[in-house]
Amino acid sequence: MGPYLLRRLLIALPSLLGISVVLFTVLALAPGDPFGELATNPNVPAEVRMALRAKFGLDDPVWQRYIRWLIAMLHGDWGFSFVSRVDVDTLIWQRVPVTLAVIGMSQLLALMVALPVGIYAATKPYSLFDKIANTVAFMGFSLPTFFTGLLLILLFSIKLDWLPFVFRADLPATGWQWWWESFKQSIMPITVLGLFQGASWTRYVRSAVLDVIRLDYVTTARSKGLAERVVIMKHVVRNALIPVVTLVALTMPQVFGGAIVTEQIFRVPGIGSLLIDAILRNDTPVIMAVTFVFSCLVILFNLIADLLYGWLDPRISFR
Amino acid sequence: MKRDVKHEAQLRRQIEAVRTGTQSRRGFVAHCATLGLGAPLANLLLHDAGLAQSDATSTTPAYKPTKRGGGGALKLLLWQGPTQLNPHFATGDKDLEGCRLFYEALIRWDADGNPVPVLAAELPSRANGGIAADGKSVIWKLKTNARWHDGQPFTADDVVFNWRYATDPATAAISSGHYAGLKIEKLDTHRVRVVFDQPTPYWPASFSRFPMVPQHLFAPYSGAKSREAPNNLKPVGTGPYKFTDFKPGDLLRGTLNADYHQPNRPHFDSVEMKGGGDAVSAARAVLQTGEFDYAWFLLVEDEVLKRLENSREGGGKGRAMFAWGSAVESLMVNFSDPNTVVDGERGSAKSTHPVLSDLAVRQALSLLVDREGVQRYIYGRSSRVTANYLNAPERFRSSSRKAEFNVDKANALLDAAGWVRGSDGVRSKGGKRLSLLFQTSINAPRQKIQQVVKQAAQKAGIDIQIKTVLGSTFFSGDVGNPDTSGKFWADLQMYERNGSPDPARLMEIFTSWSYSQQANKWQGLNVMRWRNAEFDAAYKAAAIELDPAKRAALFIRMNDIVCNDACVIPVVHRAEVAGFANSIVAEFTAWDEQLSTLANWYRN
Repeated sequence: MGPYLLRRLLIALPSLLGISVVLFTVLALAPGDPFGELATNPNVPAEVRMALRAKFGLDDPVWQRYIRWLIAMLHGDWGFSFVSRVDVDTLIWQRVPVTLAVIGMSQLLALMVALPVGIYAATKPYSLFDKIANTVAFMGFSLPTFFTGLLLILLFSIKLDWLPFVFRADLPATGWQWWWESFKQSIMPITVLGLFQGASWTRYVRSAVLDVIRLDYVTTARSKGLAERVVIMKHVVRNALIPVVTLVALTMPQVFGGAIVTEQIFRVPGIGSLLIDAILRNDTPVIMAVTFVFSCLVILFNLIADLLYGWLDPRISFR
Repeated sequence: MKRDVKHEAQLRRQIEAVRTGTQSRRGFVAHCATLGLGAPLANLLLHDAGLAQSDATSTTPAYKPTKRGGGGALKLLLWQGPTQLNPHFATGDKDLEGCRLFYEALIRWDADGNPVPVLAAELPSRANGGIAADGKSVIWKLKTNARWHDGQPFTADDVVFNWRYATDPATAAISSGHYAGLKIEKLDTHRVRVVFDQPTPYWPASFSRFPMVPQHLFAPYSGAKSREAPNNLKPVGTGPYKFTDFKPGDLLRGTLNADYHQPNRPHFDSVEMKGGGDAVSAARAVLQTGEFDYAWFLLVEDEVLKRLENSREGGGKGRAMFAWGSAVESLMVNFSDPNTVVDGERGSAKSTHPVLSDLAVRQALSLLVDREGVQRYIYGRSSRVTANYLNAPERFRSSSRKAEFNVDKANALLDAAGWVRGSDGVRSKGGKRLSLLFQTSINAPRQKIQQVVKQAAQKAGIDIQIKTVLGSTFFSGDVGNPDTSGKFWADLQMYERNGSPDPARLMEIFTSWSYSQQANKWQGLNVMRWRNAEFDAAYKAAAIELDPAKRAALFIRMNDIVCNDACVIPVVHRAEVAGFANSIVAEFTAWDEQLSTLANWYRN
């Protein structure tokens, strides 16, 4: 496995380099500049804007800018935001805790819904429960999050006035009060994201379990006289979950990448909203850093998924 | 012209009467009204004559709290949160608004566009010896009781430092242009003299929009190291609130400054500014659910605002407020030919537009803009119909022009000028068709206006093609992009322009020396490539005219020149909109940052 890991890591390097070239070029080709807002400000003469562009090297050719970025990145310098002049890594680290908490919780919620519902539905295929679960799951992943998000806001914040719809990372309260307030404000974004993800995972879990449950060794287990609960949990689910684990591992980068749309609706200060703000303001260093970190995570979790797969299913060997 | 001279003499007699006490201030203002001069101009005239303004004529709501603090928390919602807190690096309003919680300038601008001293002890004037007779220097007296939040006194050194800091090219400060053409000298600990390169009638300019930062914290980080200053994100100012916590783009918090230099202020014990999201839900959080006390720049259709305001029995929890500055939405007419390349450049200054160089066509276009309809159905309460490019402050508004929407008259004009309708209904003359490309940024109200203009133009035999460009591209100075407003490679374009309380910046876009062209990478302001010797002369005269009455007359004349020549076609005068909780009493100005008045806000 050692050589395999090394080989995979070596292959990852050129892919990352390729990704960074593509990202940088696309961003450089995109119209607009970070000081666009100054153009409409009557108090800022055009010369000031030109001087800033020159100062931040925006007028240099793309390849020069790329090389500069690459060398800095290799030294561990992520650059600084053109808009806020704050170091990019500081900006990203500020957003990590909230992103992990909100998106992580939503993924947990998704798992907590998908596993029991999917497994139970598969053990009783075409029963009433299965039909209802199927219908709800279909609805769940057909409705986009921006729609369900607004729906929940209209219902719980405006009609019923139970929950706040502006997420605040710094709640003034302490102790139990803080936990209660945090719970109240996170409940809607977590539900929206979790149920969306959960709906599609339910379908995966159900079909994976269905694939396994008809195999001969399950019949053997039953004929040995094992309890149905043991058959399902020990023999069926364990084997059925192999593809599901891979799937979950592959969606993990999202936990760090944040959820752009949902974060925007609920004003959750996560990495997704950092990215969208940076894109709207043409803040290249921030966009570059966030997307690059994201692609690193995708590659990393792909590797982890592959390794997990082999560990769960010993028939697969690494060569 | 003769009438102007007569009015001027009359006004001067009246000002003397107020000075000697034979005429009351109120009587003077009333008399000015009969001459068509608004209260602000009347007050300005009196102020310039050294007769300071009394509170009775000001539009500022009275400040009622009798002690500092006790107002609880104030919650502000900006749908774009500030990303950094050094005013000298502020790339947009969001940052400047955030800075205003902690930092202050020497003066601020009230709702009528008049200066109000903040860190200055008084406004310099001719009478108190603050303004030199030649208009080339101004002496500012600073407050002696103002202190930075860390206890250090605010002194003349700080003012001098801000100028040096901003104008150092290595600092790369956005505010550098603000301090152009002047030098600042320290006279004593609380007086500075500003020396201008040339007579400067608009002397407060450099001391309003970009607030003061402390020398003792920023001096070690002047120039190339400016980005490393820890206080870029941890402001230490003189303002009503002290900094506690900041997360760029998300949250900003402050707490009451117990050592604030204005008595009984601030009213609130703490202030919190949340950023992010969109304008509609921000409006909802203030007007309907009352989660927040204030929401900034509500670029939301007026219909939606009204619905949110009246969402509950007996009204919502907040109301929208409107502040009128000089913002004007207008159509710009291209005088160069965008479709022919002359000297390797489209829209070259050397070319002339084949169709729009005809005054009759421009006047017809002006008659084809249904301003009333735009006001009523598109912008609602946040707009006023106008025929002027220069609408505010009131003292600079021309009264000689009337907005008119008249398709028949436009048809008659075009007929008379020899533009004949072809078989497809589109007019042409000498082989040139009246077919125009009309571009603007992507923005729902603007697209509606484009349609309104297109339909009216069709009735007059003018074919209008519509083009929309993403705002971030349209307004960018991107040299490589063909769709920027600076290049203006179309026949007509529309957007809003805004100015300062002095109209020079707003009118600068018509000067012949600021053509937008290849040589200056299309950064020039005159995108229409319009030229008028009379306008240029008036602009140059106004730049050094020290008499406010004469200067106002010059700007009014400039407005009439550009509007009569229809090189620009004003559509509506637009207000800034913000949402306030019903309980909040605040002065709302469009001439300064919306939060520049924050020290005076209180809860009823």
